[in-house]
Amino acid sequence: MTWEEVPKDMGVYQQTLDAQLAGGTDRRVAEGRARSKAIRAYQQGHPDEVEERPVRAPAAAAAGGDGAGASAAAPATVPAAAAAAAPAAVGAAPAGAATATVVAAAPATLPRRDAPLPTGGIPAPKKGAPEKHRLLALVPPEGIQRVERQQGDRVNVWPHLLLEEFIAMLILFAGLLVFSTFLNAPLREVANPNLTPNPSKAPWYFLGLQELLRYFHPMVAGISIPTFILVGLAAVPYVDRNPSVLPGDRKIAITLFTVLFMFGAVLTIIGSFFRGEGYNWIWPWAQGVFFEL
Amino acid sequence: MARIKLPDLRESEVWKSMFRPGSIYRKGYKDTSRDRALATMNNVLWHLHPTKVKRHGLKLTYTFCLGGISFFLFVLLTLTGIFLMFFYRPMADIGGAVAYSDMQSIRTSVFFGDLVRNLHRWGAHLMVLSVTLHMARVFYTGAYKPPREFNWVVGVVLLFLTLGLSFTGYLLPWDQLAIWAITVGTSLAGYSPFIAKQANFLLLGGAIVSPNTLLRWYVLHVLALPFVLVLFLAVHFWRIRKDGGISGPL
Repeated sequence: MTWEEVPKDMGVYQQTLDAQLAGGTDRRVAEGRARSKAIRAYQQGHPDEVEERPVRAPAAAAAGGDGAGASAAAPATVPAAAAAAAPAAVGAAPAGAATATVVAAAPATLPRRDAPLPTGGIPAPKKGAPEKHRLLALVPPEGIQRVERQQGDRVNVWPHLLLEEFIAMLILFAGLLVFSTFLNAPLREVANPNLTPNPSKAPWYFLGLQELLRYFHPMVAGISIPTFILVGLAAVPYVDRNPSVLPGDRKIAITLFTVLFMFGAVLTIIGSFFRGEGYNWIWPWAQGVFFEL
Repeated sequence: MARIKLPDLRESEVWKSMFRPGSIYRKGYKDTSRDRALATMNNVLWHLHPTKVKRHGLKLTYTFCLGGISFFLFVLLTLTGIFLMFFYRPMADIGGAVAYSDMQSIRTSVFFGDLVRNLHRWGAHLMVLSVTLHMARVFYTGAYKPPREFNWVVGVVLLFLTLGLSFTGYLLPWDQLAIWAITVGTSLAGYSPFIAKQANFLLLGGAIVSPNTLLRWYVLHVLALPFVLVLFLAVHFWRIRKDGGISGPL
């Protein structure tokens, strides 16, 4: 049955089409939706007619239709027999309606089941399970909304990203070059294992740990805490299972990380600038800075 | 006067064989979407990138370029490090502290030696900083969430390797600052349970920081650790692309 033949409500058709077009929908999709609405509206208005219509295998519908008219009413009217005929329909679809798509419908509204479920590969319903099953039906392309992969807002790497990276690189290199021209890296007198400088400090990124040595047993400060930090860091994505990236949804995670990060930063700054001879507390503006990079 | 028409070098077979189609150095590059995509796709270095990225990834306040800066610093440190290797011998026992006198000659008699050493030293400190900040950025934007969990773990390994590289390099000048910082830094390994002595020996090649330690850490610094770091870097970059590029906007 083609679109021209099928009973429908043209008023609803025009109304839906206008609404869809006004909403900015593509004309082809809008027409499909309008047709589907028009047919459904007619069937809701005339339930008795729908009941009396003969059972048709979807293969026949697909072969008889010309794509555009391949029975838009199929999902609502094809009974359980369709399930048995579905494989045939899949095979016939390319011949009759090249773009017809097979979809799974959940026809909870179907009045009765005319044919037994096919046995091949489909599990039998469990005993005592509610009376419901899935059917395969042919839907014309107009009747479905096509979802295409979201392209998103993307830009070419060349030139946009590469230029940005190049500029960042230039600025950084220029800064480092100027810094290195005017500031010499330290080189003290030759190493002497018999002469311990006062204070002896580790490189700056370990000064947080050295500072911890003042408060904890070396085993805790030097072994347990660094191990805990490394393992804890690596475990972060497996512990934090909150899928949101919005700061508002991640208050605990952000607070925890910030506190620990700041804790490390403060310890490093104390170890760097507030510890002098004998690794005792000093004020850098009073006793001077005992820190070398 | 006869007009001599010079052949266009860019039309020669040699030139064309060097630059693949879409290269901006090839004749006929057009500023079209297709050639822009090819420019990335057909270039060995730019191929680290996909041909297109999400627009929000260009925003400076999203990434602060920290990952790129860390990588750039790694390249800079490799180049300056190779330069320094020509003038440095990791020896301290036989014939006095050769390492230290090499450091002095790098500062005084090697052309641009002082500048390159400064770049290497300051760049190394900056890299520790930029990698740490990069980690913080990734945390605050939630970029470690599925499917990027494993890349975060790779990143933690890279942070650890960066610290290792910086720490091993710290010993090489063989001055008072170097050996005592390393003595303090490694003394903690002596407190590890069960394997204190073994850990110390493995790290130092002896009971204390000695010329053995210097050679050991030199090899780690110039060869072993950079090799491992490059392997992890490759996985890190590859996973960024495979996990769907940079993480989504906030």
